[in-house]
Amino acid sequence: MEKIYLKDKNKCTIVKAKPETIEFLLAFSKSLQLTEVKGLQFESNLN
Amino acid sequence: MVVQVEDSQLVKQYIQGDERAIEALINRHNSRLTGFIYSKVGDRELTEDIFQDTFMKVIRTLKKGAYNEEGKFLPWVMRIAHNLIIDYFRKHNRMPMYNSKESYNIFSLLGDDKLDAERQLIKEQIDSDLIKIIKELPEDQQEVLEMRIYKDMSFKEISNNTGVSINTALGRMRYALINLRKLVEANSIVLTN
Repeated sequence: MEKIYLKDKNKCTIVKAKPETIEFLLAFSKSLQLTEVKGLQFESNLN
Repeated sequence: MVVQVEDSQLVKQYIQGDERAIEALINRHNSRLTGFIYSKVGDRELTEDIFQDTFMKVIRTLKKGAYNEEGKFLPWVMRIAHNLIIDYFRKHNRMPMYNSKESYNIFSLLGDDKLDAERQLIKEQIDSDLIKIIKELPEDQQEVLEMRIYKDMSFKEISNNTGVSINTALGRMRYALINLRKLVEANSIVLTN
């Protein structure tokens, strides 16, 4: 079988969100508090 | 053998207050979701923003207890991202950048994928026919097919979960599809919409 040789075979990188974005999301998740009062939900971020 | 915890299990753990579960979910779907968004918007920074907004929405919905467990997690997250991409283009009054040639179809990016009532009925009939014929398959093939199609798992994940090699999982999927075709022909089922 014919082989295909690529000049730039190591230049392909997987697109991923930055670690800072992930850290932000985890911090957001930890700080997010939802409180329900008389059927209404209130959102608060406790930083 | 490493057994991977399913998304639904992680979602449950997160709703019960385990913050590590959301980290696992974000990391698991990071590259897939980022790739999906990037393929639509073609901009690294914008991809990052939409990724962030998507998961903020996911976190809010899960914490509110508004997540419907019947659906699959990843397709749900993708749908949120898709809607945010459309919102972005509407807001900025511009169409997505696309570098391809003639074969480009704008409706593949911004089309309304809702079916009309008649097509919806046909789709439901097809889905129910499919479920019936899938049950006719041998158990090992059914298992791989359900994991691949309905749970959207990769063959590596299927291999980890079932304890068979990737090649065996691939083989089972192949036979499942061959057998499904035979069953469709034998039962004269029409699977088009």
